[in-house]
Order: sequence, then C-alpha cells, then structure tokens
Amino acid sequence: MSSCGHLARHRIATALTVIVMGLALALPLGLALLVRNLHAATGDFSTAIGLSVYLKPQVSEQSARQLVAHLASRPDVASVELITATQALEELRTQSGLGAALDTLSENPLPNVLAIRPTPAALDAPRLEALRSAVSASPEVDSVQLDQDWVTRFSAILVLLQRIAWITAGLLALGVIAVVGNTIRLEVRSRAAQIEVTQLVGGSAAFVRRPFLYTGALYGLIAGLIAWGIVEGAHRALAPDVARLAAAYGQSFALRGPSIRELAALAMVGIGLGWLGAALASAREIARGAPGRG
Amino acid sequence: MIRFERVTKRYPNGRLALSELSFEVGEGEMVFLTGRSGAGKSTVLKLIALLERPTRGLVEVAGQNTATLPARRVPLFRRRLGIVLQDHRLLMDRPVFDNVALPLMVADTSLKEINKRVRAALDQVGLLGRERVAPLELSVGEQQRVGIARAIVSKPPLLVADEPTGNLDATLAAEVMGLFQRFNEVGVTVVVATHDQSLVRASGRRQIVLEAQP
Repeated sequence: MSSCGHLARHRIATALTVIVMGLALALPLGLALLVRNLHAATGDFSTAIGLSVYLKPQVSEQSARQLVAHLASRPDVASVELITATQALEELRTQSGLGAALDTLSENPLPNVLAIRPTPAALDAPRLEALRSAVSASPEVDSVQLDQDWVTRFSAILVLLQRIAWITAGLLALGVIAVVGNTIRLEVRSRAAQIEVTQLVGGSAAFVRRPFLYTGALYGLIAGLIAWGIVEGAHRALAPDVARLAAAYGQSFALRGPSIRELAALAMVGIGLGWLGAALASAREIARGAPGRG
Repeated sequence: MIRFERVTKRYPNGRLALSELSFEVGEGEMVFLTGRSGAGKSTVLKLIALLERPTRGLVEVAGQNTATLPARRVPLFRRRLGIVLQDHRLLMDRPVFDNVALPLMVADTSLKEINKRVRAALDQVGLLGRERVAPLELSVGEQQRVGIARAIVSKPPLLVADEPTGNLDATLAAEVMGLFQRFNEVGVTVVVATHDQSLVRASGRRQIVLEAQP
C-alpha cells in the first residue's frame, strides 16, 4: 500500500522514470518483432532455395522425364518439376509480349529445365553442394544453377539482427536496472528517518526493504505496459504500409504484433528488472544507513 | 539483566567514549545513568540497544553477549527492548496510531492485536483517544509520551531511555518519570540516562555515575 503512496507523491519523477524504462523495454521488443516478421516474410523464400537444371538442347523430353524420375528418388530431393522447352516458350510468349517476335524463330531456342526443390533437411550449404555436383554429373545436364546466395546472405543478416536485438536487450536491461535503482535510491534517502526508526524498534532489513521492492516491481510492470503500448502503436501505424508493400510484391503478408505470451514475458521481465534494481539500490542504501555497526 | 565488564568504546573518529566500564543492572531494577555530558551515557545506551558494539570488553543484555549476536538477529534482539530517545524520533507524516504501532507491525502482529495493544499503550501514557492526531498537533510533552508508548507497546522486559525529560519542564519531567516508575513496578527493568540530579534524588533509585574520558 505504501508503495502506491510513493507513486502518488512523486508523480512527475515517477512518470519520467517509468517512461524511460518503458522506452528501454520497447526497443529490444520492437527489434525482436522486426526480426521475427522478417523471418516470417522470408520464410517462403527458404523453400525457394532450389536448383535450376538446364538440360543439353539435344536431350529429348522423354529422357528428361526419365531424369526427373531418377532425381526424384533421391532422399535429399523433395520434388522435381520439369519445365519443357515448349512450356517455357509458351510462358515467355504470354508473359513477355514478345509473341510476334518469337513466332519468327524457326525452332525453340529454349532448353528443357528441371526445377529441383531439396528437402528441408538438405538445405545446408555442403549438402546442397553435394546435390549440385551429383546432378551435374548426369550426361544430359548442361549446367546447374544454385539459387541460394541471396537467401544465405539474408539469413546471415537476420542472425546478425537477432544478435543485435539480444545485445541491445542486455544493455537496456542494465539501463533499466540503473534507472530504477537511482529512483529507489532517492526514495530510500528521502525516507531515511523512517528507516532508522523502523530499524530502531526491531524492523528487519527485509521489512524495511519490502515497500521499496514493491515500488520497483510496480515501476517495472508499468514500464512493461508502456513498452507494450509503444510497440503496439508502432505495429498499428506500420501494418497498413507493410500490407501495401507486400501486395506490391504479390505477397499476402501481415505484420505480426506481440503475442499474449510475449506480453506476459515482457511484464515479467519488467517486474523482474524493477525488483532487481530496487533490491540492489535499497540493499546499499539501507546497509549504509543502518544503525548498529560499532 | 545488563552486565558491562571492562567495556571500552572508541568511535571510528578516534574519540574515546568509555574506558574499562563495569556495572550490572539486575532484573526488575530501575537505575539512572548519570554524569556530565560527554561522559558516555548515550554510548552506554547505544551499546545496550546494539546500536553500537564495544571496542573491547563484554556487554551482556538479557543473557545475550552482544558481541556474538549475528547482524540478522539484531532486529529480534531489539524487539525485546523499548527505547526512548530525547528527540523522540516520531514519524511526523504518520498519525499517532501508526507511530505507536510500528514495533508491532515489524513483528508481524495481527491487526486486531495491534489495535488492542496500541490503545492500551496510549492509555498508559494518558493519550487514549488521540490515535488519529498527527504528532505535530501535540505538545512537546505529549510527543515524548507517544515515544514512550511506542517503546512499551510490545511489552519489552527492558526499557532504556536517553534523556527522556531533556526537553520537558519540571512538571512534565516528573510526570514522565512517574510513568517509568510505574512500568518498573510491574516488573520492567528500566535504565534512564539523565543529567537531572533532582529527578534522580526524588526517585531514590540507584545511580551509575559515569566519568568523562580525557
């Protein structure tokens, strides 16, 4: 109860403290959500990793089909799709608007192409490389192209971003502890007389510290709510733009906000950090002000 | 109840407050600590209340050697002790009730029990009915009596007071002294530090005279 009294009395200082704490909690949460959304947005691309196999021009459609059946039986291959030269030309004709120009060609210049999708388990670099060389070894194959470079780069960037989010979270957690600690330290000092009397009549250190710990935890909880407000606000502000951007890329992707579980975790982290900061600060201050060591 | 054996206390700033002091206070006794200011009266009380520890010598309170009491047990030790200070140390932002209830609250006493005991303590110092008043609305004498009520509310077997009448006129001082004698009559061991010889003589109790250290 007396921790609520604290809040009421130092309204402005308290407001500033919890706002700073809220911002500090919001930043890593926002980063984490950014990373997760990028993951989700590019999740489909990881299945886009594949091999484009260009067959030699003289390979017939029938032997191409045999090759498809052979490759599809490999354990590291999820699916093989044959795009015949005819299909490819047809597609080119309808999509490129070059129909008339293509009609002047005497024969189809396009090769038969196989699109191989590896199984998810075979998506790491050495196994992809092994698959690539195995496929190249077939006499029908002219060249193999591995469409993965930009995906691996992007994954590396995501991993990096995730690390940055963690490091930021760590640093800002220290910041939160420092901010709470400082505020609690001032409150402990402003109540030095009360603490001294309480200890004089036999109040234990735990009894004296309790209201400060509750205050710290309460600050943390409110900071967590503020952080949630900030992130949720940013989410709502950005969602339409992201949806439009995704639509422009022909994707239906919705920006995901924080989940209930993440919010609960955020609140727990806020409470924990507030408590910890208050515990550190009050332990120091109360030990310093305690009567009794001769 | 209290035993000092060749107790020396030197403060960290180098000041020698007590040197080789020995005395005993029996259970149920009421004694005065006298001596000129600077003779170490407050130091003796601080050693009894474990606000300070002796530099050398033995301080035993209620059979407990204070030197061997670990810090975490100090609060429990102080709960069996009533302390009255000259500047009563009341919490000015809390009503009388809260001030008197503090020793019970730190000991996790039930609210019902707190209510009962606080009223009993205030009754004993003649302040029943003033529970909701802020200390600043009380006279100096009344404030001192609130401090005394706080010291006795947990019914400690030992009551120590440091210049409890220092800020009071003769009538009020005699009144406060009368309170201490009444507690003593019901079995509480009382140690009062004072420089007021007339009060000591009027009470007819034993006095321990401290010599100022050079």
